[in-house]
Amino acid sequence: MARLREFYRQPEAVFWVYFFPILMVVALGIAFRNKPIEEIKVDAVRSPAAETLSEALASDPRIKLTLLDREECAKRLRTGKSDEYFLLDGESVEYFLDPTRPGSIVARNTVNDLLQRAAGRDDPVTVTDYELDEPGARYIDFLVPGLIGMGLMGGGMWGVGFAIVDMRIRKLLKRFLATPMKKSHFLMGVMASRLVFMIPEMILLIVFAHYAFGVEIYGNWLAIIFVVLLGATQFSGIGLLVASRAKTLESVSGLMNLVMLPMWTLSGVFFSYERFPETVWPIIRLLPLTPLIDALRAIMTEGATLASQWQELTIMTAWGVFSFALALYWFRWHD
Amino acid sequence: MEFAIRCENLVKTYAGKPPVEAVRGVDLAIRPAECFGVLGPNGAGKTTTIEILEGLLPATSGQVEVLGKHWGRHDQEIRQRIGVSLQETQLSDRLTVYETLQLFRSFYERGSTVERCLEQVSLTGKSRSWVKKLSGGQKQRLAVATAIVGDPDLLFLDEPTTGLDPASRRELWDIIRSFRQRDKTVMITTHYMEEAERLCDRVAIFDHGKVIALGTPNELIALLGAEHVIEFSTENHNGDSRSSGELDWMERLPTVDHVDEIEGQIRLTVAQPHIVLPELMQNLAQRNLRMASLTTRHASLEDVFVNLTGRQLSEN
Ligand SMILES: Nc1ncnc2c1ncn2[C@@H]1O[C@H](COP(=O)(O)OP(=O)(O)O)[C@@H](O)[C@H]1O
Ligand SMILES: [Mg+2]
Repeated sequence: MARLREFYRQPEAVFWVYFFPILMVVALGIAFRNKPIEEIKVDAVRSPAAETLSEALASDPRIKLTLLDREECAKRLRTGKSDEYFLLDGESVEYFLDPTRPGSIVARNTVNDLLQRAAGRDDPVTVTDYELDEPGARYIDFLVPGLIGMGLMGGGMWGVGFAIVDMRIRKLLKRFLATPMKKSHFLMGVMASRLVFMIPEMILLIVFAHYAFGVEIYGNWLAIIFVVLLGATQFSGIGLLVASRAKTLESVSGLMNLVMLPMWTLSGVFFSYERFPETVWPIIRLLPLTPLIDALRAIMTEGATLASQWQELTIMTAWGVFSFALALYWFRWHD
Repeated sequence: MEFAIRCENLVKTYAGKPPVEAVRGVDLAIRPAECFGVLGPNGAGKTTTIEILEGLLPATSGQVEVLGKHWGRHDQEIRQRIGVSLQETQLSDRLTVYETLQLFRSFYERGSTVERCLEQVSLTGKSRSWVKKLSGGQKQRLAVATAIVGDPDLLFLDEPTTGLDPASRRELWDIIRSFRQRDKTVMITTHYMEEAERLCDRVAIFDHGKVIALGTPNELIALLGAEHVIEFSTENHNGDSRSSGELDWMERLPTVDHVDEIEGQIRLTVAQPHIVLPELMQNLAQRNLRMASLTTRHASLEDVFVNLTGRQLSEN
């Protein structure tokens, strides 16, 4: 069985397998690094009142105020060049903002506080802000388990799927069928060889995230390796199933995308699936990628034990067993 | 066990629009320790037949018995005892020659060592090379090695020498011959008549999914009734000579058994060329026909095929 490992000597694949996930961590880690808000870009519609008050706003060094006419203000907000704009008119102020942008809300609140104080408001309670950037709670900590899950899904499915279809095109599968080889051993061998590839890949990713971004592992290392192994097995099995009848590389990649796309968007790789309506959560949780990412996140960021993740582990095992059994049954050995 | 392979009324129709009747009622009985050749042009149904016998394709109808056993009932037992080389298999590029054989050896309960097998196919020096670096002939020898590494009693080879240069072809013949010395049965398909003639004890000639002749190469050639062939073409020849009756006079020449015309070449199957030739020249001169080319040779299986079908076996 282990002899089949040798099938996977693909130096050209190493780059994609090992470096692509790391590049992804670097890019996203930098894009979403937890920085204090350095600059609040505020526009005001030009008016005498606004000009008088611009001094009050200057007391907060983060605020960058620009006075423009109204149309220009609206355009800049729309294109994201400013965080908000306001219209000051004697006793009243109107704020124009985009509620879906966190920066916009921050700008509105900051500007509003300053304007109100300048107009004579007294805050009865002293306020101090502390910003959260402890390891374990930042976006990068959320992201790394998601990327591991995504890597296992892509690696398992593409790796196994392409290897199988390649062997089918070469008529190697047919050649093997003509020998007394045990079919289940062969399929397990293909899966096993994939696992051998993916475990070091994921460990490398975690180690890298640790040194580059200080991502800490709160749970047990062995528990993480176990979950990674189970996830890799599950997706190799699904890869076998997807490739079990495909005759060309095109058809297998189409099928793969069809299977993976819902999971990329739904399973919480980049953001929590709790943003979707609550009624669909149970369905999302049954997709193979969701329990993998959930279990990894719980163990890595909350220090959860393996036992507490039994539901996730059960779903993953079921997917692995089911897809392998079905693949064995479905498998097309010759053209 | 009387026969190594037996099939009766074998039929294979590929589903499709229209369905393809690839094999249309084939009976074969191959004896143990025999080298049996299946000779026929492309599309004759050779691969389909051999793959049914190898248990890789289901037959549409008919009886098949391999080493006294039946597909569907004793699959593992049969597979332990047969070796197979398919018409077109590309072995894994990313394995070395040695690893490839090791992999195939691991499938069989018994068999020779990888080293011995490498020796048999003269690839010992290439044992550490990547499969993708091998030449066509070496790859084909490796494919045969994977088929014999389990020390089978019955070896199936589907066009093992197609596309190889003559030297590589001869090397492969030597390998097959030495394999046979151990009382093993071989079934080989080919579209090279020379290969069938030199290698095989008996040959079945296939055409359009049927066996059109069966026997030892000598028996088949004897079917012609005459053992020599004269081929010639004429300069001012035009059109179909047969319909214009031009060939009739040739059939009446002494010791001529058969006249064919293929692509402008006229082919006479004759018993005694030294008697025919002078008369042929004389007759051509009388008809104002000038010879453009002329060859005479011993009849081959190719001529048997032409005789039976009126077509050439190979395209060249
Ligand atoms: N999988 C298939 N589906 C449909 N037709 C096929 C298939 N394989 C072979 N054929 C057809 O069956 C006939 C016999 O093919 P084959 O057995 O490969 O002949 P040979 O090996 O003598 O060249 C050909 O007409 C071929 O086109
Ligand atoms: Mg063929």
